[in-house]
Order: sequence, then structure tokens, then C-alpha cells
Amino acid sequence: MANKLINQMGLPKSISNIFTARNIITAKDALSHTEFELMELLDVGKEEVTSAMAHVSEVVCPPCQTALLLLEQRVRNETSAGHLPSRLKGLDEALCGGIPFGVLTELVGPAGIGKTQFCLKLSLLASLPATCGGLDGRVIYIDVESKFRSKRLIEIGINSFPEIFLKKGMAQEMAGRILILRPTSLSEFAESLHQIKVSLLQQQVKLLIIDSMAALVLGEHDCGTSRQQALGWHVSFIKSLAEFSRIPVVLTNQVRSHIGDESRMYSFQAQSRSIIKDNPATYDSHLVAALGINWAHAVTIRLVLEARSGQRFIKLAKSPISPPLAFPFKITSSGVVLLDDDGIEMKGSEINTIHCQGLSLSSLAVDSSEYVLCTKNT
Amino acid sequence: MEVGMLPISASKRGKLLAAGYTTLDAIARASPSHLARDIEVSDNEASEILNLAAKASASEKPNETHTTVVGGGRTAWDMLNDEKFSSYITTSCVDLDNILGGGIKCKDVTEIGGVPGIGKTQIGIQLAVNVQIPQDYGGLGGKAIYIDTEGSFMVERVLQIAEACIEDMEEYRNHFHKDFQACDVKMHPNNILENIFYFRVCSYTEQIALVNYLDKFIMENKDVKIIIVDSVTFHFRQDFDDMALRTRLLSEMALKLMKLAKKFCLAVVMLNQVTTKFIEGSFHLTLALGDSWSHSCTNRIILFWNGNERHAFIDKSPSLKSASAPYSVTTRGIRNSTSNCKRIKMMNTSGMVLCLLCHGWNLKLGWLYLRGTVKFAVSFSYKELRSYLLPQVWFICYFPWLQLETGSTGVVLHAWLR
Repeated sequence: MANKLINQMGLPKSISNIFTARNIITAKDALSHTEFELMELLDVGKEEVTSAMAHVSEVVCPPCQTALLLLEQRVRNETSAGHLPSRLKGLDEALCGGIPFGVLTELVGPAGIGKTQFCLKLSLLASLPATCGGLDGRVIYIDVESKFRSKRLIEIGINSFPEIFLKKGMAQEMAGRILILRPTSLSEFAESLHQIKVSLLQQQVKLLIIDSMAALVLGEHDCGTSRQQALGWHVSFIKSLAEFSRIPVVLTNQVRSHIGDESRMYSFQAQSRSIIKDNPATYDSHLVAALGINWAHAVTIRLVLEARSGQRFIKLAKSPISPPLAFPFKITSSGVVLLDDDGIEMKGSEINTIHCQGLSLSSLAVDSSEYVLCTKNT
Repeated sequence: MEVGMLPISASKRGKLLAAGYTTLDAIARASPSHLARDIEVSDNEASEILNLAAKASASEKPNETHTTVVGGGRTAWDMLNDEKFSSYITTSCVDLDNILGGGIKCKDVTEIGGVPGIGKTQIGIQLAVNVQIPQDYGGLGGKAIYIDTEGSFMVERVLQIAEACIEDMEEYRNHFHKDFQACDVKMHPNNILENIFYFRVCSYTEQIALVNYLDKFIMENKDVKIIIVDSVTFHFRQDFDDMALRTRLLSEMALKLMKLAKKFCLAVVMLNQVTTKFIEGSFHLTLALGDSWSHSCTNRIILFWNGNERHAFIDKSPSLKSASAPYSVTTRGIRNSTSNCKRIKMMNTSGMVLCLLCHGWNLKLGWLYLRGTVKFAVSFSYKELRSYLLPQVWFICYFPWLQLETGSTGVVLHAWLR
């Protein structure tokens, strides 16, 4: 829309020629100037500029929909009203049906907590045939940290959907629907994004996973404005991608240790800072999401995966539709499993903190030995 | 007024000045053909310039019949009278409404900002629903425009909030308007969804274009009472290298929105993101888009975590005092924070109990249950309250610190302070 040509908008010839003569070709060029700047630039009167801009604006501005229309479209066109069920009952209920289409869902948590496991499970679910409750489509899995293991994927499949995966040839078909990309740099990533944009519609792609966004951005740019800008561009691109193809997009984010607690406050809160400092709770959490606040604004749903005294939790830290719930979970051979479907309601800003206590290596070792056993069985 | 102020193109202005037409008088005395010859334009264009000049000098002359000194100005007294009738859109959180003086005010531009997940979009959706509360129920009965730049608008959530809002209205009607016929037509959540006009904006160009176009759109769709921009920041934060240009475009957009607010008597709510800023040796959170942007809005509300509660703080407002109030986000939408009920009880000798949320004697009452039959009062002064309650209540005492359970036979009165 923004790159529409001005001389094709049906403006009077005399005016549109003036725009062209001054090298204002697209609507974006024109709207990037204030009306007074345009008067100077085009050398025409105020009335002409105002009426021309009103016309350009009307052509460029996006179509209006009522919320009712939007809802009806969703219900009519999409399976389970635009949600990919994660098969974790409690989580699905809280999210009104699962991971929603068309928005960014972020998983954030310390290393080894189960982010990749969650992603693997989701990609399986999206590739399952519709008769088994899947989306019956392809999955694009952008694996930046080279953590994707096909063996593990098949294992999760066999353990959670034995009736499908033990059928001959089905495992191959399911796994064949998952396409893994391994970009090594941000520019390569951007390139593959553009390719994806084209193929999304033709190839029946039903899920896009980026594991992990943080590794991609942190690897290349040092802290500062250049990173913010690089990230900003990609965020809006991925968002538009999600929206126009109406698919769920799942991204993972790393954590980093937190320096001080002052940056979490506004200056008008400064006087009360001393009180908060006495509160040991703020010192308790030393982890924050690796990508900063600008990024956090951009994602629509944020799931925090954390460990408290050895118990893993998945928390709905940011979501426009769900209450702040925390679900204890464990990782088994069939992937992420919730221990409790009701969830624990969290109070206040606790929902945003990321703990990593007691996530000992031994518990990981148990998981992996179990994992080795299971893979042997297959 | 000089020739330089005429809304004509720069080259014509230059020609006029070069030909010696420096004042409007000079232009007004010339004939079209004269002017055309002098500045080498066509007769048509010359007469156009003459028209504009005549218009400009007419508006300059003091109008005898008008009492105002300067054309277009209004006295503070007139404005005060106007403000008395200004309408508010409730946020569904009584505490928040209190510090805002009744809710989000029409004709004003309000900016609401806060960290991710604090509830900005929730407030946006809540307002889009609340603006439609019919006038019989003390609302505006208007429609809403929702401009979504981030893609975070969830229809499912709107449905939830709309359903809760209708339930609240029904409860209100059942309790207080048993004899009220006009509201028999039951409102359906779909009616509410139907009256939210949703625009999905994908670039800053579209955002500017949309703001330009809104004027026409509102002309065509009457009754729009609120414009919500969620968020004003997103595209302006991503695509810009030229910060000066960004500031210019933003302030032009803010001016246009302000104009819309005044012209159609509607509320404009802009949601903003936060960023970190280095002040006096430490990092602080602050709203995005920089210092010059912070001048563009009339009111600025910052949402923040205070311990385990969500709070709203009035950071900037020409008329409201700086204050903060807790609120909470529930499945039903924005509501009062439950832990912060300043309950004040009133007891009488016959064992009736009144629960009031108030301090001071100037009360605004919400619910009033009297021995099973429930009556409703919109606003009382203390005097009115006394006269209203006297048949039942003989002795009123006032415990600001107590919270009592309400008896089944008692009078329960939830009220809040204005």
C-alpha cells in the first residue's frame, strides 16, 4: 500500500505530474513530508496540497473492518478459530484454544529448560493430519543454534502419537513436512525470510518457528542502537508475515543476567526506591530476557519457562487473553507434559520474573539417559 | 497581514513580492487583469489570488457585532461552561476513574504507556467496549475506532469483555430499573463488536494516511466517540534514521488527532511503549518517542508495577493533580484492584449496615440495597444522602478503618468518592 504510485491514484493529471516532476513517486514519499514542506517542494497552493493529500491518504489507508466481521472470518475460515492446540490441556484452555494464528508467541527461559522441546512438539502438531487434530501443513523451522535433532522429534512423535508414527511410512511423511533452515548470519536470515514469504502461501506452511531469535541478533551486533535497528526491521517483517499468512509464529529467546534493578523503574518512582531495595524479592531474580524491552513490546504472547527449587514452570507472562497462570511441567520422552492443568495464579509482577533455581545437571542427566534409552528402542 | 501569509505557492508569492505587492491592500486594489499582467500568470490564477487576499483581509478586520477581541478566540468563561457538559468514558475501574475525574475525557488526547504485559491493550479494548454503554446506563452510546499497529488486537478478548460489560448492564437493570421499559431490547455482544471499527496499519505511511483520512471517515460514520491508537510507537520506532523527520511527522499527526478530538467531541487515546533512558547516572524507564513527543498529548498516564499491584500514575495533565491508583486486569476486563477497597461503614440503630467507599462527605453512589428492594442513586451530596436515608437510618457513624461483613437484612451501599 505504502509503495503505491501517485500517478496511478486517479489524481488530476496536473497535480500528479507535479508530484512526479519533484521526484515524489510513491505515497510513502509524499506522506513523509508535512503539508507545508510539500507546498514548498511542489510550489503549489495550500488548497491543492490538502486536497491532493486527502485523496492520497484515502487510497493508501488500510480497509476498515468491524470487530464482528473479524470474528466471523476467523470462525469460518480456520480450524479451532485460529489456534494451534499445544495438547497441554491447561495451557490451551488459558490461551482460548492454543497458540493463536497471526501473532508472535515467544518462549523465554534459561538454557536447558525445554524451549526447544516445546518447539519440537509444536512442529509435530502442526504437521499432523487434520483427522488427528493437526494442521496438516508444512513447518518451517529456523534453527540458529543447531539444536534441532530429528531423532528426538521422531521419539516425541512415537511416544505421543503412537497410532500415527508406528504406521509404516507415516513417520517419514510427518518428518518430511518439517523443513529446517540453518542461517549463520542475520543477513542470511533476512534473505531466507524473503524466500519464506513467497513460499508460505504456495507451500501450505502452517507454522514458523525461530529457535532462537536471541542467538541470531546477539551473535552479530554488540549492544546498542545498531542492534535495536536491525532487530526492529526484522520484528515488523516477521509480524507482517505472521499476519498476512495467518499462521502461528513461535520464537525463542535466551536469558541474560540482570544488572541492578534501577532500569525497571520510572523516575517518579525514584523516591520510593529505597523501600523497594529493602525487599529481597527483587534481588532474588537475576535473569531477564536477552532481547530488551523494545522486543518485549513486539511479541503478543510471552511464555516464560523457569525452574524454582527444581520444579519447572511454564508461565503466561504476557497475553492479551489469559490470566497470569503458572503450570508446573516436566520433560518426558513424549516432550513437555503439564503436571497440573489448573495452574497456579500468580500475583503481580512475579509473572514476569525468570528463576533458575535447582535446575541441576543431574535432572538433565536423567532426562537424557531416558532419551538415549528411548531412542535405542526405536 | 502580509503577502507572505497567503496560502499560495512559493513561486507566486515570489512574483507578487517582486512586482511590489507587499501588502494585502495593494493586492486588493489591483484588478485581475492588472495583476495577471504584472506577475505573469493567467487571469484565472490572478482572480484566485484576489479571492484569497479578500478573504484574508476580511478575517483580519475586527467584526463589529462580535464581542471578542480576536477572531476565533473564546473566553475562559465560555470554555468553563462547555467543560461542565463534557463527557467521560469510564475505564470500569472506579479508582482509576476517580483520579481521572470521571474517566477518559472527550475532546482530549490521552497517552497511556507502560511496560510490556502491564495491560495497555486491555485498557484500549475496555474503552472501545465501554464507549458503547447506552446513555440510559450513563454511558455515551458511541462507536469506537481501533487503530492497531502491532497486531495485538484479539477478537476473542473483545468478546469476553463485551459479554462481561453486558452482564454488568443487565445486573444494573434488574436491580434498579424493574419498571424501565426502554431497555427491554437486550444487547448482544455482536452489537458491540459491530460498532468497533478496526484498522490494521502496517507501516508508518499507512498510519499517517489513516489519520488524514479519519476526518472523512468520521463524517460518514457518525457517533464515533473514541479513537484508540495501539500503539502510536511501533512503526515510528522501527523504520526511521532521520530523527528530525520523525519528530515533524509525529507532531503533525498529533495535531491532526487533536483537531479531530475537538471537532467531533471525541476522546483520543494513544498507547505508547516504554524505553530506558540514562538520567543522572542511572537507567530509568520512560515512555518512548522522545522528549518533544511528550509535549504532544494533553494527558499522560503511566502504568507500572507497584509491588504486586498494577498502578496507573498521572504523569502529566493540565487539570488533574498527579496521583496514582491501583487497577487490576481480570477475565472480565479492567476492574478495581480488590485489595484496595477503602471501606467505610455506616451503621444505624436498627442494625442496618452501609458499606461505603469514600472519604469526605461528597459521595457518588453506585449501589444501594434497601431491605431487598434495591434503589439506585447516581450522585448524592451528603445532605441529599441524609434526607434519602433518614427514614431507615437514624444514626450514622463512620469508621474509616473497619471492614464489616454485611448482614442479610442490612442496607449495603457501595459508593465511591468524587
